[in-house]
Amino acid sequence: MTTSKNITDRLGQVVVASTTGFTAHCHELYQAPPLGSLVRCGRDDGVVYGVVAGITTESLDPSRRPMARDAKAESEDEVYANHPQLTRLLATRFETLSVGYRDDVGLHRYLAPLPPSIYSFVHLCSDGETREFTESLESLSVLLNAPNAPQDDVAAAFLRLASTTHSDPRAFLVRAGKELAVQLIGQSQRLNGILRRLSR
Amino acid sequence: MTQNGSTGGMQPAWSGVVISGSLTDGVTARLDAGSSVEDIKVGTLAAIEGERMRFLGEITDVSLESADRNLGAAPPDTSDPFIAQVVSGTTAYGTIKVAPRLVLDKEAALSDEQAHMPAKTVPSHFSRISQATAQDIEMVYGSEDDQHFWIGNPLDMETKLCLDVRRLVERSNGVFGKSGTGKTFLTRLLLAGILQSGEAVNLVFDMHGEYGWRGSAEGSTREVKGLKQLFGSKVAVFALDAESVKRKRLNPDYMVKIGYEEIEPEDIQILRGALNLSEVAADIPYSLQRKFSKRTWLKEFLALQPEAIADLATEMNVNQGAMATLHRRLGRLDRFSFMDPTGAHDSVGRLLDYLNRGMHVVLEFGGYGNDLLAYVLVANLLTRRIHQRYVDMKERALSEMSPEPRPLVITIEEAHRFLMPGIAEQTIFATIAREMRKYNVTLLVVDQRPSSIADEIMSQVGTKLVCLLDDENDVKAVLTGVSGGSKLRTVLASLDSKQQALAFGHAVPMPVVFRTRDYGTTESYKSFGYLDEAERKVKMEKDLADLYGPEDE
Repeated sequence: MTTSKNITDRLGQVVVASTTGFTAHCHELYQAPPLGSLVRCGRDDGVVYGVVAGITTESLDPSRRPMARDAKAESEDEVYANHPQLTRLLATRFETLSVGYRDDVGLHRYLAPLPPSIYSFVHLCSDGETREFTESLESLSVLLNAPNAPQDDVAAAFLRLASTTHSDPRAFLVRAGKELAVQLIGQSQRLNGILRRLSR
Repeated sequence: MTQNGSTGGMQPAWSGVVISGSLTDGVTARLDAGSSVEDIKVGTLAAIEGERMRFLGEITDVSLESADRNLGAAPPDTSDPFIAQVVSGTTAYGTIKVAPRLVLDKEAALSDEQAHMPAKTVPSHFSRISQATAQDIEMVYGSEDDQHFWIGNPLDMETKLCLDVRRLVERSNGVFGKSGTGKTFLTRLLLAGILQSGEAVNLVFDMHGEYGWRGSAEGSTREVKGLKQLFGSKVAVFALDAESVKRKRLNPDYMVKIGYEEIEPEDIQILRGALNLSEVAADIPYSLQRKFSKRTWLKEFLALQPEAIADLATEMNVNQGAMATLHRRLGRLDRFSFMDPTGAHDSVGRLLDYLNRGMHVVLEFGGYGNDLLAYVLVANLLTRRIHQRYVDMKERALSEMSPEPRPLVITIEEAHRFLMPGIAEQTIFATIAREMRKYNVTLLVVDQRPSSIADEIMSQVGTKLVCLLDDENDVKAVLTGVSGGSKLRTVLASLDSKQQALAFGHAVPMPVVFRTRDYGTTESYKSFGYLDEAERKVKMEKDLADLYGPEDE
């Protein structure tokens, strides 16, 4: 795709990191990348790739729960305008599943030996990077087997987003579908569900 | 469906990997996701690239498999083209069964005779399989030259499939198929091939006038050229039916006559069926021959009045009724215009003259083609004489180191009439089939009912070219004595009803289904070296000497 927007803007920073994934805190409220986006964190000498598997917006202080305000407000924006502190008291976080990493040798589509460090900057991958990463689809198995994640929706969202970075999105989806069919042998219901999500 | 077949350096029409198999049951290969079972035809030649060897075999079965046992219960929504595209080749895939027949030495040169050997093992797991290439076909079946005759194209390929004519004429051969499937076309091609190669001379007993002057194309009134028209001076047409010759205004090279004295008791034995004689009646000629003389017995017997028959029966101590029946039935021979009471002719001698000069003879039966009695009588009688002469010539050649007689191929239609169990033992044709090449005479058997031919004879047929057969017994009969015959059964049953045939046996290294070469179009005649009017005129003068070589009688 030549319509690369080259989004290299920082989305946020890693606040929880483990071998299988990391959680990032967004710099701006509600500025999380869409479900299934490919993001990266870390420096040039060790980049970890993750796929967004869940997004949460909640109160920064677990003991202070948000409550309904301004019953007479005309719009939601008005609520935020009346209470500018809200954007400081709420936070958006997104969880990712680690799907690969890049080191001096090159790109690897399996778990990184070490998780990223806390406060690593998290960026949305460019179209070119996404395309390169999805040339091969072995990382799909991570998405399909991740515990505590809406596996099928994440996988479908990931593939749908990635397809737009390829010159022939349909051919990419067919290739991906065939990979799914192999991964999901004996689970025709799941396969059918994902394929239906992809075909629309 | 893929139209381009796959030849030359093009992308193969389909491909796959070997996943299981055995030498006895054949190898199973899973088709690649991009290959559809609909592109595969049973009978197509497949090549398997093993680690060290390249295997060749024919596809014997195609099946649909699924990776998921529950697929039937929850089938994917294939009305969505995307989903259909994804599941085909993955969740649902096709497999093919291939019977490995030959291994090719990857190092060998194209022309090397030893380049291929029978397969004694199977390719290893996950060997790549795809359609055989033009080069494979040439390596196995040879490329068109003097000895190799182009007979058609392998299924789904543009490559020329050639038949080794020298090997072909080494044994007796058979062309089988239901009526209307192209037996006659195929036979005409084979004859033309033998003729062009010069490996043997043909003698054709042309029951329905299909080979000599002109033939007819199935399902239309279109006429096709016969051998005489295509190969002019190399072919002589003998005719049996004077009336039909006159009616069609033909100019045969010789009118065949049969003398009564040429008929022997063995000939009557074979006619038992056609004359509807009892066993007792059919045995009487042997006694008659002893009673009268070796040569004149039939003439004398037929000249007897009915009352004299009774006396003769008493005298010879045979059943009166049987003898009267024999007399009455043999009387039918009188109706045949080719029966010659004068005895002033030598049809066999003339026939041999032509054959010895390397000319091919087509004996047209004309109106007698529909008369089984005439056909069986004449074909058997002439063949017996010719065979006898060949035996003499061959034995003389062995003792005196003189040149051997030219190999002769005798073509008989409705062959089961001569080779039925019970009759086969008595006809000369069975002897020829059994002796194979010993005396340089072989048969080309054309028949639509191979199950009626004695097993013993069928097993001696070297190369079989089989068009569509659907009778279970016929299929079984043509596959007797063929290794891996059961695997060919599906192939045979799935042949097209026109212009397609399966060849297997002595002259073909491995069974092959082919689309018969065109015959009947202007280009097809050209490919046989046919010259049109102007070109022929030039050549004619040269050929004149050839044509009138021996003195006419």
